[in-house]
This record gives sequence, structure tokens and C-alpha cells, in this order.
Amino acid sequence: MSDALLPLLIAIPLLAAVFPLLLGLRFDSAGWPVAMATSLLVAALAVRFTWAVSPASSGPQRLVHDLAGYPAPYGIELVGDGLSAILVLLISVVAVAVLIYARTTGPDSNAFYSGFLLLTGGLLGMALTGDLFNLFVFLEIVGLVSYALIASSDDGRAAYGALKYLFLGTTGASLYLIGVGYAFVATGTLNMRDMASELAALGYGDPLVQAAFGFILVGFMLKIAIFPLHTWQPDAYTYAPDTVSAFISALVSTTAAYALIRIAYDVFTVDFFAANPLITDAVLLVASVSIVVGSLLALLQTELKRIFAYSSVAQFGMILAAIGLQSETALFGAVIHLVGHGLMKATLFMGAGVLSSAYGAQTVADYAGLAKRAPITSGMMAVAGLALVGIPPSVGTLGKWFIALGAVEAGSWGVAAVIFISTLLTLTYIGRLLEALYFTQPATDDDTGVAGDTGDATDDGSIVADGGADSSTAAGLDDVVPVATERVVVVVVLALSTVALFGAAGLFAELLDPVFGRFFQ
Amino acid sequence: MTDFLGVVTTRHAYALFVLLSAIGLYMMIANENLVKKIIGLNMFQTGVFLFFVTSAYRIGGAAPIVTEGGGPYVSPLPQVIVLTAIVVGISLTAVGLALTIRLYSEYGTLRADALREVIGDE
Repeated sequence: MSDALLPLLIAIPLLAAVFPLLLGLRFDSAGWPVAMATSLLVAALAVRFTWAVSPASSGPQRLVHDLAGYPAPYGIELVGDGLSAILVLLISVVAVAVLIYARTTGPDSNAFYSGFLLLTGGLLGMALTGDLFNLFVFLEIVGLVSYALIASSDDGRAAYGALKYLFLGTTGASLYLIGVGYAFVATGTLNMRDMASELAALGYGDPLVQAAFGFILVGFMLKIAIFPLHTWQPDAYTYAPDTVSAFISALVSTTAAYALIRIAYDVFTVDFFAANPLITDAVLLVASVSIVVGSLLALLQTELKRIFAYSSVAQFGMILAAIGLQSETALFGAVIHLVGHGLMKATLFMGAGVLSSAYGAQTVADYAGLAKRAPITSGMMAVAGLALVGIPPSVGTLGKWFIALGAVEAGSWGVAAVIFISTLLTLTYIGRLLEALYFTQPATDDDTGVAGDTGDATDDGSIVADGGADSSTAAGLDDVVPVATERVVVVVVLALSTVALFGAAGLFAELLDPVFGRFFQ
Repeated sequence: MTDFLGVVTTRHAYALFVLLSAIGLYMMIANENLVKKIIGLNMFQTGVFLFFVTSAYRIGGAAPIVTEGGGPYVSPLPQVIVLTAIVVGISLTAVGLALTIRLYSEYGTLRADALREVIGDE
């Protein structure tokens, strides 16, 4: 019975996406309530679904639903297990957080909320489908809505970023489709489970199978934004509205990386990697280059959103490395890092959004001394930034630790070294941000407060609400725009969740053990 | 030589798939005109559709409407896939053209190099 959860999770947001536009004909601001109600419902279903597949419940740990009642190899199958449950939970939680954040900032149009719900539905579809072509359809739904949402900013450059993303994203999806076509020609099936057994029977050395994996891999590398295929990402993240940057950076590449993990380990399986050392080495090499170059490029940027965008290139390089390592430990770390990276980037982009709408701060130089004026948001961005570096206790530590441990276990010392170097580079660019926030006097500021005395500033902070037009901060700062409290609250909650998840390794393991048991038989 | 001829005469549709996709991809990358880039993208996708339709083809195959004693039939699945993919491709073209129109009204140009100059793209 509970397998009805799977189609509901996808269908509810997709159907609800009609209502903001439809009701918008009568009511001007119908979008937000509809989107919020839907997202809360989806979140409730996601919790119910996670409970159903968790080992704590008595039910089966793998839900399967045949769409329209057509049995598996012929019809489309939806599959939910521990791995997809983690993704579904992440998507629904971030969706609710982004909506709370969006209430006052917008983009305030019903079309935005329709797009938001379509994107949520598409992402959930990618997380739950068990069919390779169905995955392509959801991939394109997600892509199309992302292009539209990025372009929803008033800035003309956003349209340019969106168009660039459209060209590269579509090429990526088409390459994936070619890969699926090759695999289909080789096996005659599109169902993931069915294809896994067909591929095993066919042998992993078959050139058609190798080519299929190659196309699928490159297609996803474009979607995930791995160096050198990342060029769409900085423009898209920088010029999109703050709300959209936070949502897309937290979820879109993440879900594409999940899909790659699913296909690599559930369809092609670990034996494929073992049979093709050349492909494995190529994956590890590209991933390592992406980690180092992404971090270096992040170091060169001055604009905050651009730094975070390039940092994503490096973090996803790490996840790709974990996929190539064929180690259970590393893959465990990759899944944790997917969740952690999503939450950290959502926090950072939302924090940057708060500071940019309150103080107009866009670049690292603009952040000078902001910690005194906006102690809460700055503090939370510092927490998320340090989590990104991997300072314990944070979910960033867990993810990196397990990936590095997996690299050492697999004997890939090169990858382990690259992860270590990237941690130092991450520390460097996050360090620049922290230095600006806490230890730099703002250029325009005359003589408020004692330099470098962060302790005092934080104490005042509890009284001075972030962005609140506080009279004591006086002259020179009268360009401050008040920011709604709930935006700051969302940033705080997300930042604290990245710390709290440090203790959640056991929960992850409980959900993932049955899945990985299947991956690494 | 006979091998080559065999490939050309029986597998020409696959060669066409590679050719179409490659031309489309090249056009998308090398042409600076945004509308032509979108045309290139469409051509690339059309190549992929051709691959799927070809993979379903059977010499002497009939449309897959099962009748007694009928057959052989062509495989219907790749054709359904292509139908869906065409719909996706049309939506992408529409969004791409909409963005192009917006860029044109904002910057007054359809050339990607001119846009890069105006926007200061790295």
C-alpha cells in the first residue's frame, strides 16, 4: 500500500504547479500559499516514505511501484530505497526552507511559484524513477524549469547565463540520451534492474556498453558541472535571483550526481569499473583536476556568489572521485557530502542574499566589517563556510572524512592528497571571507567600534537584529534596507543543521546499508 | 573494401546520425549567432532521434499493430521515446528562443561575442 507514496510524491507538486497560475487569474498573491501547502505536504510524505524504507519499520526496505499497473520490464517503474529516501528528504526540506525565505524576497510572481513546484516535482522524479528514459524526461523537466527560473531576474545578464546553461544543459541531456540509446541497443530494455542483469550477461568489456557508459558519464558531468564542463555554472548562479541560486545550487547538481551514482552502481555496477580500469582512471583523473582547478578558480573570484559557484565545482569533483573509487566507504562519504553540500550551499547563498539585500554587499571587499552590523547572518555564513572546509563538528567533516578514508582504503593516495590540498584551498577562500567579515574595517565606516573585537560585536548582535534599521549603528549606514526576520531564521536553522548532522552518520548508515549491500555484493 | 561498402549500404543511417550530430554540435559551438546556435542544437538532437528510429528498423517490418500471422514488426519503444524527446526538444527551442528575444530587446544584438563583450564574461 505504501508504494502509492512514490507516485504521489512526484504527482502532487507537478499537478499543484498549475494552481499558482490558475488562481493567479483571480488573486494576485496565490502563489506562495499554494507552494507552501504543497511543499509541506510533500515534506510530510517524504518523512513517511523515509520511515517506510528505514530498517526501523517492519515494511520492505525497497518500495516498487509499477506506473499504470504495467509490470516491470515493459512499464515504467518507480523505485524507492534508502538512498533515494535521503535525497527526497533533502529536496523536501530545502524546498520548504527556500519558500520561507522567498516569502518577502520573491521573485514575487505566480509564475515563479509554478516553476518552483515543477522543479520540485522534477527533482523528486529523478530521485525515484527506476527507468532510464524516464530519468531523461525528469532531467529535462528540471533543466527547462531551471533555465526559466534563472532568467526570472530583472538583470539581462541572467538571461545570458540561462541561455548558456540551456545550450550546455541540453547537450548534456542529449549525450545522456545517446548513452541510454547505446545501452538500449545492447540490452533491449530501459528498466534499471532489468538492464543491470542484461549487462552482466552481456559482459562489461563490450565496446557498446563502454561507449554507453562514456556518453552517460559525460552527459552527467555537464549537468553536475565538473571542470572543464562547468562553464555554465558561475554565470547561472551569480545572475539568478538569490532565492533561485540557493534552491538550484543546493539541489539540481546534487540530484544529477545522485542519478550518476544510481546508474554507475545500480545499473553498470561495481564490476563494470573493475572490468574497465581505463574508465575508472579517467573518472578519478577528471575528478581530481576538477577538485583542484575548481578550488583555485574559487580563490581567484571577488564576487561572493561566484566563489560559491566555483567551490561547487570542486565539491562535486570530490563526489565524482568517490564514484570512481569503487569503495563502499567513499560512496558513503559521497552521499553524506551530497546532503551536506546542499545544506551548506543553501545557507551560504541565502546568507549572501540577506547581506546583499540589506547592505548591497556583492564582493568580498563589500563584506568588510559586516560581522558587526549583521552578526547573526555573518556568524551563520561563517559556520557554513567552516563546514565547507571540513572543520569538525559539521557534516562537511563527515563527508570529506569518509571519501578520504575510502581513497586510502582503495590505495588511491593521489585522490587522498588532492582532497587534502583542496581542503587547504577551501580554507583559503573561506578564510578571505572570514577575514573580511571579522577582521577588516569597512572603508566607508569612520570610527565605530574597536577593530577586530569580534566578541563584543556578537554580544551586541543579539539585540541588533540583522538588517534591522538600528539607530546605534548611526551615520554612513543609512542605506540599510530592513530584512524580514524569517529570512535570517532560515539561514540560522540551515547552518545549525549542517552542524547537527555531524552526529547523524549512524542514521545515514542505517538507511544506506541495505542499498550498499546490494551495490557491493 | 567490401566491408566498407557493406557498412555504407546497410548502416548509412548510423553514419548520418554521427554526421548530423557532429554538424549540429559544431554549429552550436562555432557560430556566434544565437539563433543559429539554437538551430545547431536542434540538429544535434535530430541526429539523436535518427539514431533511435534507426535502431528500431527491421527490413520488411510492419507497424506494430499485432494481427494474426502478421509480423515481423518494428520495435515501437524507440519510436515512443523519439516522440517524447521531440516534445522535450520543442520546449527547449521555445525557451531558448524566448531567452534570445529577451537578450535582443535588452542588448540589441544576437551575436554571442558582442554579448560577451557587453556583459564582461570571463
